[in-house]
Amino acid sequence: MKDLINYTLHLADDALILGHRDSEWCGHGPVLEQDIAITNISLDLIGQARNFYQYAAQLINETVNDPKKIATEDTLAYLRDNRDFKNCLLVEQPNGDWAKTILRQFFFSTFQYYLYGQLQNGNDEQIAAIAEKSLTEVTYHVRWSSEWVIRLGDGTEESCHRMRNAIDELWMYTGELFSVAGYESKVVTQRIPVDMALIRAEWEKKVEEIFNEATLTAPIGVFMQTGGKEGNHTEHLGYILADLQFMQRAYPKSEW
Amino acid sequence: MNFQTRKNYYGDIPEEKGSGSIVSSDAKTDWPLWEIFIRSKQGLDHKHVGSLHAADAQMAIENARDVYTRRLEGVSIWVVESKHVHASNPDEAKSFYEPAEDKVYRHPTFYDLPDEVKHM
Repeated sequence: MKDLINYTLHLADDALILGHRDSEWCGHGPVLEQDIAITNISLDLIGQARNFYQYAAQLINETVNDPKKIATEDTLAYLRDNRDFKNCLLVEQPNGDWAKTILRQFFFSTFQYYLYGQLQNGNDEQIAAIAEKSLTEVTYHVRWSSEWVIRLGDGTEESCHRMRNAIDELWMYTGELFSVAGYESKVVTQRIPVDMALIRAEWEKKVEEIFNEATLTAPIGVFMQTGGKEGNHTEHLGYILADLQFMQRAYPKSEW
Repeated sequence: MNFQTRKNYYGDIPEEKGSGSIVSSDAKTDWPLWEIFIRSKQGLDHKHVGSLHAADAQMAIENARDVYTRRLEGVSIWVVESKHVHASNPDEAKSFYEPAEDKVYRHPTFYDLPDEVKHM
């Protein structure tokens, strides 16, 4: 049960942290239309996070007798510490320029697309239902971010240069997407069978296809950074949580 | 900077530039303007909902999806680059529309509709 709770939190944290990063573009998008597009995606992700947090809270509360320790979606998002967050390193990376933001989105949404595709057929009804519901959103995120990768990669000299920089900065975080954390191994082999090797193969194929069209090349032999799924984060997550959690920490249980 | 301003009546698009009310000197580097038409339900017609900027038709459709259908407004989107829309001239409104004002007989109100006829 603890493993399933942690796995659900991992899915939620991935969505929340990337949703938060995307929300930082609100009011700062390169043009009005894209400002709305990226904040729509942000809201989609935060919506997914809420569904997973609600399910995690329900699982936690089944094992808790002390009413003071009752979990809710809010306590899970606002009152857990850095080391308790189980999101992968990719989603917490800073927005950088538009090229970096859309490449991060493309890498992650493509991964999410194949992952949710498998989760929706899994044995856990709740997770399957959330995955199925989210898949239509993710399908659009993949389409939107792919278009942009192609547009910038195969665009002007400068846009292509920025895309290449983004690849250099983000590629090292893509390996972790397919790594299996301690709490994850039992869940994805027994309770909700997920074929990570297949997801990886599909992800690499899609990335290669889009990169080819964008006249970009994937680096080879890059050392992959890992640790986020186990709670060992880059320095960036602390700042995100400071932003995200400040109100609830400073004024506990405040509402508006 | 050489700004040229121009007042447009609602729904009227200047034919020569097709990019809104202000034409600035660097208009060439901006994305073109697109008119967006949304069909809210199967069987209904596409209605003009507004306009937006996009680099090409594909992006215009995606932008329209994000800007104009976030609250379930549509099932189908058309985009037309604004410069391809030819508009009537507001200065000619008098000769265009006023002659129809006193011709009530053009409205089909001079006979009774049978009850069986719906949707009229």
